[in-house]
Amino acid sequence: MSNHAGFIIAAYGVSLIALAVLICWILIDQRLQNRALQELESRGVRRRSDSKGAQS
Amino acid sequence: MGALFVREVRLGLRSGAGVLVGVLFFLAVIAVVPFGVGPDLKLLARIGAAMLWIGALLATLLGLDRLFQADRDDGSLDLLIMASERHLLALTVLVKCLAHWTVSVLPLVIASPLLGLFMNMEPAAIGATSLTLLVGTPAITLIGAVGAAVAVSLPRGGLLVSVIVLPLTVPVLIFGVSASYGAVEDPAPFLAPFLILAAITLFFAVLGPVAAAAALKSSAD
Amino acid sequence: MSETVSKTGRWIDWANPTRFLSFAGIILPWLGALTLIVLAIGLWMSMQAPDDYQQGATVKIMFIHVPFAWLSMMCYSIMTIAALGTLVWRHPLADVSARAAAPIGAVFTALALITGSLWGKPMWGTWWVWDARLTSVFVLFLMYLGIIALTRAMDDPAKSAKATAILTLVGFINIPIIKFSVDWWNTLHQPASVLRMGGSTIDGSLLRPLLVMAIGFTLLFFTLHMMAMRNEIRRRRIVSMRRVAARNADRRPSQ
Repeated sequence: MSNHAGFIIAAYGVSLIALAVLICWILIDQRLQNRALQELESRGVRRRSDSKGAQS
Repeated sequence: MGALFVREVRLGLRSGAGVLVGVLFFLAVIAVVPFGVGPDLKLLARIGAAMLWIGALLATLLGLDRLFQADRDDGSLDLLIMASERHLLALTVLVKCLAHWTVSVLPLVIASPLLGLFMNMEPAAIGATSLTLLVGTPAITLIGAVGAAVAVSLPRGGLLVSVIVLPLTVPVLIFGVSASYGAVEDPAPFLAPFLILAAITLFFAVLGPVAAAAALKSSAD
Repeated sequence: MSETVSKTGRWIDWANPTRFLSFAGIILPWLGALTLIVLAIGLWMSMQAPDDYQQGATVKIMFIHVPFAWLSMMCYSIMTIAALGTLVWRHPLADVSARAAAPIGAVFTALALITGSLWGKPMWGTWWVWDARLTSVFVLFLMYLGIIALTRAMDDPAKSAKATAILTLVGFINIPIIKFSVDWWNTLHQPASVLRMGGSTIDGSLLRPLLVMAIGFTLLFFTLHMMAMRNEIRRRRIVSMRRVAARNADRRPSQ
């Protein structure tokens, strides 16, 4: 059954790559949102409910 | 409701071109099949029922965005939604679906025997296929109503509607073709898939308009 | 944060996006670490697992294929519950949850299909086989794509929330019908030579790694889902903050 090793490796490999891409996409998105939030907050923009003191 | 039905039918027929497009598309699909698979008559007869069903499915899906688009463009969709105090919006949607089916899809069903001849199908097969199309295509329209309602506010919603609705219509296709084949092949049953097909149509006669009405209401506010 | 919300109890506190963000921030590192540990254990157990006498080493693909398939359905169920949350209870985070879950679920579904195909080639001899399970998962994948396309097509989250929710619900109701029809279709067209994937007859030495991997991937899903929900909440905040900034730029001279 050694010739099937290729399929096993391919299956695990594809899964690893796909999951890695998914995780990276979420992490990059996270960084983008955080950066945009920081940029907006440093410009002094406030959320409407922030006047009541809730800060994330 | 009767007046609504008549109005819808009249509007659909008046736009003429739209109705004809569906039948022409159906014709086009069936016409290119022999060019694709070759003129082998036995092969064509074997796949005839399936190709008729696929062609009818695609043609029906194509015409779905006509279900609500025209009304939305001239504002009467809002009126219909607002009238939901007196007339249940789901019922209105059901009537619109029936009218749409009568105008856009029934011609396909009527054309199917002729196209069945192109596919070299035997009379029993043609009859069974047309009958299953008659019973099954309303289900496609009703399921499609949900997609059309959900995407009604989108500018290029037509293609998206087809993409959304296609997976949901897979059972209709399966049972329709299964019944068509069951009528000609001996061990395969006809009545069971046919009845299931009818059941699906009836089920979606309720679920489709209800869900579509909910979607229309949510897109209105 | 509004006082009327926190009055109704801790369950409703989840409805507050700010609370959710802080909750997520606390729990995510632990959840992520737990995910890694469980997956590592699962992988090790999978490597150690014996070869199946019929399938040989390719049974190892089952250890990822089955969890992926299971997760694809679980994700859709979560999206359905979220859809109910949007339509019935108008839970503010329900739409965020659905939007975040869809791409993750689609990836898992696609992986289920790909690993199933890679498992099928040595087993059944062809890359794709229209057996009932793979076909149903394929149709489910198409439904995921449709939902993702719909959510991305609409700009306004308020409108797309309800539309997506209705579509998800109709899809969910359809799933048993589709499964039934595909089973029907499959028994008609294929002689019964479908490989039994075991179920309850699966041996313990194979079942244990499978369960651990399933738990590990479930934890992975929830980790990713929470992260994606956090991103989505922040994204919406940024949009509304930008709107506020644009409005204020008109009113006062910038200093």
